[in-house]
Amino acid sequence: MMNVRHTSASPRIPWHTFRLGQFSFQTDRRVLPIMLLLILIAIVILIFSISYGAYNIAATDVARTIVGINTGDDYANHKFVVWTLRMPRILVAGMIGMALAVSGAVIQGITRNPLADPGILGVTSGASVTAVAAIVWYDVSSSFLPYTTFVGALVMTFLVYIFAWKGGTSSIRFVLVGIGLSAIANSIMTTMLVFGDIREVQQAYFWLAGSVSTRGWHHVRTIAVWLVVLLPLTLLSARQLNTLGLGDDVAKGLGVNVELQRVWLMFLSATLAAIAVAVAGTVGFIGLVVPHMSRRLVGPAYEGVLIISAILGAVLAILSDLIARAVLAPSELPLGIVTAIIGAPYFLYLLYRGGQR
Amino acid sequence: MATIAKFQPHKMVKLTTYTLMLLGLAFVISLVFLSAVWSMTIGAADIDSSTVIDAVLHYDASIYDHLIIRLVRMPRVVSGMMVGASLAVAGGIMQGLTRNPLASPGILGVNAGAAFAVVLAVYLLGQVSLRAYMSYALLGAAVAGIIVYGLGSMGHGGMTPLKLTLAGAVFTAFVTSFTSALLISDQETLDQIRFWTAGSLAGRDWELVEFIAPILGGGMIGALVIARQITTISLGEDIARGLGQNTVLIRLIAACLVVFLAGGSVALAGPIAFVGLIAPHLARFVVGADYRWILPYSAALGALIITIGDTLARIIVKPEELPVGVMTALIGAPFFIYLARWKVR
Repeated sequence: MMNVRHTSASPRIPWHTFRLGQFSFQTDRRVLPIMLLLILIAIVILIFSISYGAYNIAATDVARTIVGINTGDDYANHKFVVWTLRMPRILVAGMIGMALAVSGAVIQGITRNPLADPGILGVTSGASVTAVAAIVWYDVSSSFLPYTTFVGALVMTFLVYIFAWKGGTSSIRFVLVGIGLSAIANSIMTTMLVFGDIREVQQAYFWLAGSVSTRGWHHVRTIAVWLVVLLPLTLLSARQLNTLGLGDDVAKGLGVNVELQRVWLMFLSATLAAIAVAVAGTVGFIGLVVPHMSRRLVGPAYEGVLIISAILGAVLAILSDLIARAVLAPSELPLGIVTAIIGAPYFLYLLYRGGQR
Repeated sequence: MATIAKFQPHKMVKLTTYTLMLLGLAFVISLVFLSAVWSMTIGAADIDSSTVIDAVLHYDASIYDHLIIRLVRMPRVVSGMMVGASLAVAGGIMQGLTRNPLASPGILGVNAGAAFAVVLAVYLLGQVSLRAYMSYALLGAAVAGIIVYGLGSMGHGGMTPLKLTLAGAVFTAFVTSFTSALLISDQETLDQIRFWTAGSLAGRDWELVEFIAPILGGGMIGALVIARQITTISLGEDIARGLGQNTVLIRLIAACLVVFLAGGSVALAGPIAFVGLIAPHLARFVVGADYRWILPYSAALGALIITIGDTLARIIVKPEELPVGVMTALIGAPFFIYLARWKVR
């Protein structure tokens, strides 16, 4: 570990080091400018997204309303549309994008598999089966749905972990067990979808496709609290992710407690994904694609990948939400469908690039 | 003399293994027929097994029970056996071809393509017969297979297993999102289609079986013919080339066969998961790495799993029935998890 630090600190290699008392944090020099640029892009997209809708507001008026400058006769309307109708759902979109992207980056790091996404932890299938059960069987009210779903997602992850445990875990066993348990959960879910009342089933399908419509400030607060706790914790584990990425044997040789770190990182990744799924339903591809994009931008070190993934995930989710509202206006597409439509071609591009090398 | 003396017992052992394999296969096939008879005894009215066997062997159209067996239950059981065998063989080929133990026929995007085609057809045309479902599903499966194979061959170096797998996964996710968009926006389509999308053998009659049988049969024969080449390819691209095999051609033929087998299956029974993944593993557990044995064993085991699964699907929630796709996953997954725990270090 010390050796790695020394070489990376040599003046020829472009690192930034941030120090705060005892803590130090190193990132690639590209991270800071790209981060600032992405934040700028995020703000611009946020404003445009808020300005667009059945009631169009000029982007300049949106900006003024946000900072609290009077926009004239329509100020009351503007305030209502901006703050009550559109801001919360767009913030929810941005934050679930953030959570999913970071979760995906972590799980790709632990399993050392570029195809891994939060789904392989069982989060998605666990959340789906509980959500469908809640909607179709128990008519759980929509305000309570996120909590049941969150619990379902984490219980499923726990089960996957238990079944994959055999005097230790291995990534491959974990993935295989995840697939098996997900298949069971999915078949239970299918049964409910086949026999349930058709209106409730359609509602369940809508949940399954992922959406942030009609999400309000209480959703924003719930996710924000979790993110404020979990994102810094994840960032602090970036160093362990770098080491785990070298393989179990190397990591053990460097003195890392592999099992412990892996459990901890899996817990972080699963919880982040579970929050996103609980609030917005299953939104695919962000967790898969954004870490790849981030790696292209700032290289493989996880300090940078995690930061950039978080912001890029937010940008992508807000953009997808904007498209979801715009394409079929006045009705809207589910968010998960738009992310798949944007994400799939990018993934194919990666495939094509990979083939050229 | 000494060499011959040494050689003979070896040959004996080999012969015995061969016979054992053959006996094992015969055993599994007889299990398939037993479970088929069991399956046909169960229904709205229970019919005892001797009558079932009588109806199959000495059909008498004047006996009511014989009519039920011949016209309702037998085509269903035969469909199940055909679909199970085809999916299992298709899965075996995919696993050999991609050298990935997790590959299933669905990797080629066949199921997603078929589901999308059927949902689109129902969405646009409204009420559609089972026969029409089948044609659209076949069309969708074929188009999907071609697209995924094309995408997987994109870029430098042609088709590689990893690229094919990725392309299939991405294509599936992409198309599935369109399918669910259609289902969300139209309640009638959803209501009509939801049982089909879970995979089901309900209401399959001789007409449907006859329409699909040549496709599945052709695919099955083709698979057994190229089983030897698949064994070679499963050892790795370099070894196969070194042995003088035209890997590009074999991969292409194998992919076509998978489209026939899996496409025909999804057309007949809807998307049934897990059989294609599980059966080849079971077969490999019994017979080792030789695809000339893996494929026939897979076929028999696949037929067995579906036949038992479909029977249980009809017993458990009688008088309703579960989609057979649900049952196969419920039976298959625990076993799969056990395998993963036991075999993967």
